[in-house]
Amino acid sequence: MTINQTSHARRTPAPPPGTFGVGQPEPVASPAFRKNAQKQLQNGRMRKNLSHATTTIRNKRLLRVAEVPNWEDVRSAGAAIKDRVARHLDQYLAQAEENLTKNGAVVHWARDAQEANQIITSLVKAKGVDEVVKIKSMVTQEIEMNEALEAAGIAAWETDLAELIVQLGHDRPSHVLVPAIHRNREEVREIFKKEMGTYGTPPPQGMTNDPPVLAGAARVHLREKFLRAKVGISGSNMVICDTGTVCIVESEGNGRMCLTLPETLISVVGIEKIIPTFDDLEVFMKLLPRSSTAERMNPYTSMWTGVTEGDGPKEVHVVFVDNGRTNALADPEGRQALRCIRCSACMNICPIFERVGGHAYGSVYPGPIGIILTPMLRGIDSDIDKSLPYASTLCCACADVCPVKIPIPDIIVHMRNKIAEKKKHDRRPHLEPLVFIPVDWVFKESKHWELAQKAVSIAKKSVLKNVEYFGPLPWPASPWTRARDLPMPPQESFREWWKKNRGGAR
Amino acid sequence: MPVSAKGLRVALFATCVNDLMFPSTPKAVVRLLERLGCVVEFPMEQTCCGQMFTNTGYFEAGLDSVRTYVKAFEPYEYIVGPSGSCVGAIRHQSVMLAEKAGDYVLAGKAAKCVEHSYDLSEFLVDVLGLTDVGAFFPHKVTYHPTCHSARIAKVGDRPYQLLKAVKGLELVELPDANTCCGFGGTFSIKNPEVSAAMAADKARNVLSTGAEYVVTGDNACLMNIGGVLHRNNTGVKTIHIAEILAAQEGDAA
Ligand code: SF4
Repeated sequence: MTINQTSHARRTPAPPPGTFGVGQPEPVASPAFRKNAQKQLQNGRMRKNLSHATTTIRNKRLLRVAEVPNWEDVRSAGAAIKDRVARHLDQYLAQAEENLTKNGAVVHWARDAQEANQIITSLVKAKGVDEVVKIKSMVTQEIEMNEALEAAGIAAWETDLAELIVQLGHDRPSHVLVPAIHRNREEVREIFKKEMGTYGTPPPQGMTNDPPVLAGAARVHLREKFLRAKVGISGSNMVICDTGTVCIVESEGNGRMCLTLPETLISVVGIEKIIPTFDDLEVFMKLLPRSSTAERMNPYTSMWTGVTEGDGPKEVHVVFVDNGRTNALADPEGRQALRCIRCSACMNICPIFERVGGHAYGSVYPGPIGIILTPMLRGIDSDIDKSLPYASTLCCACADVCPVKIPIPDIIVHMRNKIAEKKKHDRRPHLEPLVFIPVDWVFKESKHWELAQKAVSIAKKSVLKNVEYFGPLPWPASPWTRARDLPMPPQESFREWWKKNRGGAR
Repeated sequence: MPVSAKGLRVALFATCVNDLMFPSTPKAVVRLLERLGCVVEFPMEQTCCGQMFTNTGYFEAGLDSVRTYVKAFEPYEYIVGPSGSCVGAIRHQSVMLAEKAGDYVLAGKAAKCVEHSYDLSEFLVDVLGLTDVGAFFPHKVTYHPTCHSARIAKVGDRPYQLLKAVKGLELVELPDANTCCGFGGTFSIKNPEVSAAMAADKARNVLSTGAEYVVTGDNACLMNIGGVLHRNNTGVKTIHIAEILAAQEGDAA
């Protein structure tokens, strides 16, 4: 049974078919990145919204970062802390479990998405409820928890404004921080008008597309759900090991509602989200808001240490999820991607992301981090996963902004190497490795290179005599020449000129 | 302390793209460095920096090119290439490739070459201590800092310093200068539509400046930007910074 098929009527809006998740029972069916990108490039409205949003936020980020005189040191500290966590992850996780348990939280371990979803579903069912309120969380997107709960007859309500827009729009998030970044306010108004009433409190009559009016409609719609909910589900930005504290950083305050109103709180956490000590928090509280929303400080930071009598949830569960992370950990280069704090700075600066949007990546993690992390978590078998590491010009803008100094371009190249090696040794022959054999031969020895130059020169003197520029050409030159002309090499290479004019050697 | 150019022995790393497609650029480097007093040599063993292979994932083939680089340039103290991208690739990837292959002797030699390798703008400004190289280029130009020159080789504002000192040259600012032109080596073939969309935006920004020339320190990126400018008959020309710096009063430019 696929989780999209339910025997009962759906409780929540159905997302588009297919999966953007990791570790789902059905195979990832998305076409390769190029196909998706081609389609998205034609979506002028999405491109305009996205370009406006990313330009604004990346310019603001520059200002906020410039205010911190020791920004580079803080970045290095963040990277070092995360590397230490990765090196001793086994010990830190055991320590986290011990301290969380001591504080009254119940710790669960999930190897993959299915295990995580089973644990969460049975925890919710044990409470005898059929709905939960949710804080925006990447890991629950990754395991496609909402759909697993839906299949079990449980409605998971998104309470982050942008996630609400996405959910009501039968859509998918296109950005890890600003999930509805591809929508403008008129689209939001239409979605609210059409869908809100079906799933709860309807919007007011005559709702305009004014942002405060839209936010007001969402507030009223959500309030009903907050007050009714018995179970809240969250992710976590950081789990502090030495105190056994879970930390959430957010902007809207909806998270604070989910963390304090329901009697039961389930936090789903990727195993790499650990930080060793409470003191380490200061580093990430400096890095994260400035890199993500370009704020000096985010509006709401919530921390809870197990259960506190008379304050907040009476029952706290923490579900630690692996779901491919130990594969990444096993790769000495790839493991650096586990430093990621999901700030989204790399997406906002990426010229490719800006043009194609998050949906082109066929993954909950789009943009520069997505093209390395997704194939590490999901493997490099499907069309989309093996095309992702090539969705980059290696312009390196991402590496410059990443607050935890992940060498994203280096890891991209590393992943391409894995894919190329796989192609080389595949039973089915691939064109690319075959093409590279003669090209490699040409550059292996300068003698070969000179021969190749001679061949070009002969062609130039005979058939291509009067050509200076090529216009559109058939395959294999078509990918280049469909959009741009290609200059012809001149009659004489530099090497030949040097030999003639400087008498050969040296 | 700047080094005197007089009699300084310099090895030219032409790069494969320039050697075959854009020989006027390495010729300009020869003209410029000789004018400044250097003795320029061109070690014939050189072929390529290998990044076309490495960045597509073919590390062994990339290493073959690195071997030619080490063979050609090992004896030199000053290795100068008119490409932030190719010099950057040598700097950033040659040792990694050798180490990955377990060839630590080669890695050691590559590391030595890396220390002595310069992008043209770095060599002029840092080694020779020059920003005014006596060039004359009476045209309006705009400069695109190519991604690898800016973020891998990290040439910083050196090209701007050099261009500003050129007599007759009017330098106009390129909007969104730091955004990639969409070339990306094999990216332009593997994702040609996104690449073309990026190149179109870059070309539009170039046009908006009203410049006669768009200049960079990397001919591969210029080939991309220029390909769009030429296809659309814009009349805006592309030129490598070396050719501007080599130009002098009386040249037919
Ligand atoms: S890779 Fe770096 S920049 Fe990108 S989301 Fe993660 S932490 Fe932020």
